[in-house]
Amino acid sequence: MPEAVGETSKSRRLVVNGEPREVASASLAALLDELGYSGQKVATALNGDFVAERVRHQTGVSPGDEVEIVAPRQGG
Amino acid sequence: MIETEAPSVATQFAPYGVGLSSRLLLGTAQYPSPKVLADAIHAAEVAVVTVSLRREAARTRGGERFWDMIKGLGVRVLPNTAGCRTPKEAITTAQMARELFGTDWIKLEVIANDDTLQPDLFGLVEAAGVLARDGFKVFPYTTEDLGAAERLLTAGCEVLMPWGAPIGTGRGLANPYALRTMRNYFPSVPLVVDAGMGAPSHAAQAMEMGYDAVLLNTAVAKAVDPVAMARAFAQGVVAGRTAFEAGLMEARDMAAPSTPVAGTPFFSFEPKA
Repeated sequence: MPEAVGETSKSRRLVVNGEPREVASASLAALLDELGYSGQKVATALNGDFVAERVRHQTGVSPGDEVEIVAPRQGG
Repeated sequence: MIETEAPSVATQFAPYGVGLSSRLLLGTAQYPSPKVLADAIHAAEVAVVTVSLRREAARTRGGERFWDMIKGLGVRVLPNTAGCRTPKEAITTAQMARELFGTDWIKLEVIANDDTLQPDLFGLVEAAGVLARDGFKVFPYTTEDLGAAERLLTAGCEVLMPWGAPIGTGRGLANPYALRTMRNYFPSVPLVVDAGMGAPSHAAQAMEMGYDAVLLNTAVAKAVDPVAMARAFAQGVVAGRTAFEAGLMEARDMAAPSTPVAGTPFFSFEPKA
């Protein structure tokens, strides 16, 4: 996906962190903004594949996609 | 690869060439508060702590606050892939962890079974190979299985982390014979006993065998006084390592008096009536 994909009025039904969500965004970067993650330190995966922060704006999201948004947490 | 010399002594613990000041690696989960966690890390003077990744809600800063706190402690982090059940999940989690934590170290867990949380050795070897080729420094959570260990080394792992007992059980070293065999079989590979330890004596036992380090979490975090327990484990690790370097005596079946026999008062070769 060479060019950035932005917000459209068309709604998309995605699964974000295991929950169904109706969103307007067409790119992963726009999706994070739309959902309220702006400025948060998170990492992302789309349909099980890692998506680096630098390519989120050129990574499109489509109906049915599964998005994971994670952050640092305590671990053993 | 059969090597018969004894494991190396008195060398620094330096996984992937990074010399560490402590042989105790500590998990960061389940503490009563962030302050207790920080105090436990300080008390035990650990150099490496494990961390993880979890789903984050929007407009929250929990993950960021935790990470800022850890960064302030000046310790190295070893992110894990806890909870991953397939190589694919573990690989993606490792890639997300590398971006978030800024390290290519990864404690690789691919879990096979809910009740035992035992490693899926087949998935582990597969994920380790992919991650090593992608530049990760993989610390695989594995078992004492020597065949799997060989494959992990071939896949690019330079450290192996066999379990002591299943995660969170506190049972200590469930199979000391197999752990001793593994240590002797890989005398020059950095080996860390990871998981299952419940008491400082368990950590000391692993170190007495010649293990390079131990990794634990629950036994410290769930202690009545986690800070004191962290210190106790650190002391156990130092005691065990020092004993290993000093050379433990061989066990024997029959008693042998430690006090000199010569000159014993009332001694006689004749049995007393």
